[in-house]
Amino acid sequence: MAYKKAAKKYSGEIREVTLGSGDKAVAIGGKNVLPIHSFDGNVGNPPKIGLEIVDIVPEDWHDDLKKIYDGVLEDTAEWAKFAVDNFAPDFICLRFAGADPDGKNKSVEECVETAKKVAAAVDLPLVIAGTKNVEKDEKLFSAVAEALAGENVLILSAREENYKTVGAAGALAYKHKIAAETSVDINLAKQLNILMNQLGVQNEDLVMNVGSAAVGYGFEYLSSTMDRIILAALGQNDSTLQMPIITPVSTETWTVKESAASEDDEPAWGSSIERAIQMEVATAAAVLVSGADAIIVRHPKSLATMKTFISNMLGSGLN
Amino acid sequence: MALSGIEIFKLTPRKNCKECGFPTCMAFAMKVASGAVEIEKCPHISAEAKEKLAEATAPLMKTVKIGTGDYEHALGGETVLFRHEKTFVNKTLFAVQFSDAMDDDELARRMENIKKVDYERIGEQMHVEIVAVKYTGNRSRYLDIIKRLKELQKIFVLVCDDVDAATEAAALVKETKPVLVGANNDNLEEMVKLAKESGIVLGLNAPGVEEMYALVEKTHQLGYKELILNAGSENMAKTFENAVEFRRTALVGQDRTFGYPSIVFVNELAKGDSYLQTALAATFIMKYGSIVVLDDITYANALPLFALRQNIFTDPQKPMRVEPKVYEFANPKEDSPVLVTVDFALTYFVVSGEIERAKVPVYLLVPDAGGLSVLTSWAAGKLSAGVIANAIKSSGLEEKLNRKRLILPGKVAVLKGDIEEELPGWEIIVGPSEAMQIPKFLNELN
Ligand code: SF4
Repeated sequence: MAYKKAAKKYSGEIREVTLGSGDKAVAIGGKNVLPIHSFDGNVGNPPKIGLEIVDIVPEDWHDDLKKIYDGVLEDTAEWAKFAVDNFAPDFICLRFAGADPDGKNKSVEECVETAKKVAAAVDLPLVIAGTKNVEKDEKLFSAVAEALAGENVLILSAREENYKTVGAAGALAYKHKIAAETSVDINLAKQLNILMNQLGVQNEDLVMNVGSAAVGYGFEYLSSTMDRIILAALGQNDSTLQMPIITPVSTETWTVKESAASEDDEPAWGSSIERAIQMEVATAAAVLVSGADAIIVRHPKSLATMKTFISNMLGSGLN
Repeated sequence: MALSGIEIFKLTPRKNCKECGFPTCMAFAMKVASGAVEIEKCPHISAEAKEKLAEATAPLMKTVKIGTGDYEHALGGETVLFRHEKTFVNKTLFAVQFSDAMDDDELARRMENIKKVDYERIGEQMHVEIVAVKYTGNRSRYLDIIKRLKELQKIFVLVCDDVDAATEAAALVKETKPVLVGANNDNLEEMVKLAKESGIVLGLNAPGVEEMYALVEKTHQLGYKELILNAGSENMAKTFENAVEFRRTALVGQDRTFGYPSIVFVNELAKGDSYLQTALAATFIMKYGSIVVLDDITYANALPLFALRQNIFTDPQKPMRVEPKVYEFANPKEDSPVLVTVDFALTYFVVSGEIERAKVPVYLLVPDAGGLSVLTSWAAGKLSAGVIANAIKSSGLEEKLNRKRLILPGKVAVLKGDIEEELPGWEIIVGPSEAMQIPKFLNELN
């Protein structure tokens, strides 16, 4: 008997969404085969990797990581430029940790100034991430969307509680892209996409953040949910689930015990920065294999590793 | 592939003698095809026909056992491509690779690391299960290293395509049911003979999917089916393709030729880059690697990889649970508060992570809540005032504490009144509904 390939042909396709503007704009999505299955057909745009920066000096970040950005941490725009020049990410994720009402509670006006400076300093696409406080994010995203009109940023994210304001300001008024964020569940993801459509946000302007998890922390729910979403998008041609997926990796992996435990608390475990990078890299790879079209990492080493990983896994690297 | 009624009918003697209890052989064959009757009900059926049927109903992917006694592990036996369809049954095993080109210091260092990385995570002992030993031409050194690795009591994977060296190596460890990765198109007959004689599992090497397919067929013709397929180490894309095609051909294509476990040498793909090695190992835990070979094991790469494996190979029907008991954080004293959460592992991890972040001394009481999340266990009646009160009473905390404060998850604030009644002398405080608010809450509590 001769070997017969058992690949499935899918009728559906993940939509292509473009972030940023000009020469440095990047497209994500576009696959009509399972993630990284380049041997089956069109994998679309190679997944994109963004580097995370924050609007304040991140006291809770690992010292060795902060050292990499020594001298630019105090000026977010300088930091963004430094990250782009030295590490060549596909995009920058600017996270407004300083706006958190439980933290520094920076005003929306201050944040807008920072956003404008960062946008002026770098020409890569920006992903604007908030505080996880839905009320603050609603105001923050609306103001930043207005200030950055024309930049075509991705707003991360609109949730069920604030999607109307964030969707209206972000996508309808100022023509940015919106990530619809839900807890890890296929039906919730679908429902929020439908609500976004009803609001008037076009599918071309939508990305999904279907939740995130570090490996070891309920990652099986995330990976199975992504499997189901992609199988529905490709196999059943379900247009309400064909948005590309962005997964924030860093915000999950750096706080878990495996990464955060000090060397005094866990002497057998060895270098904590080493552990944190390994945790970030393992989660990033597992998320990409599950089907993310874009991910956000924190350590430049993780970025470099995942770029090598993607080009080689898709067969375009030198290996 | 299951046989149809017609195909089974062709296997019967077609005597229509009714001894099976059915009017015709055809009627009987139809019932066998539907699984309602066993083929043995026909007394005239030939042994050959029985074997054909058994083959047709065998699992699509074979379960291969390696190691012996306490160290025995099963590989393969999977029935689905995605874990939401049905549980993945046999977890990926990890190997650390040694070779005859390695000096004593490196040998000792890797052996020491294997011994060091041995810890528990949610009821599962985590450690490397396998030592892979690669032959690069120095036979006496190769045999010497194998002898020295025996003290680790791990399963052996001999990576060797030299028949003579493999024969000597196999003789040293054959009673431990090892794997020999090294059969290829040129040495197949001798390797199969060696595998049969010493009862070891044979790993096949081929440059691509089609060549591998032909090699497995040839191995079948030689009468050996204790096999593992090497997904190769030419490059990452090709190796991933091979691993996916093996599994998919078996389960979707229903072709048992590829119905065997796989081995992936991610160490060779990563070429010494330990981060890349971790990214690749994570990939092949998720996508169909039965054995993943690493250069070295340290806590830094073990913690994420074992954690991922534990997640991926958990039963989707059975949530992971932590042991119900009182957990202590930052050396709590007799006036520290008692937080309550549930034994669903995911909830426990998030809550305990936030408590650690808060760096405040507390007790965390975890009652037996059926392994469900806070709201689900409450809705199912498994997290009630009675359950919490009983857990407190049997915990010994009442005797230990001089200030008795119980912090209830915000999501079950409704239980406050009932618990107050059941636990006189306790101050019942409603805590936050989201774990991320715990540090702020604890730091403001006094
Ligand atoms: S016992 Fe066998 S031969 Fe006789 S009728 Fe049944 S199937 Fe046919």
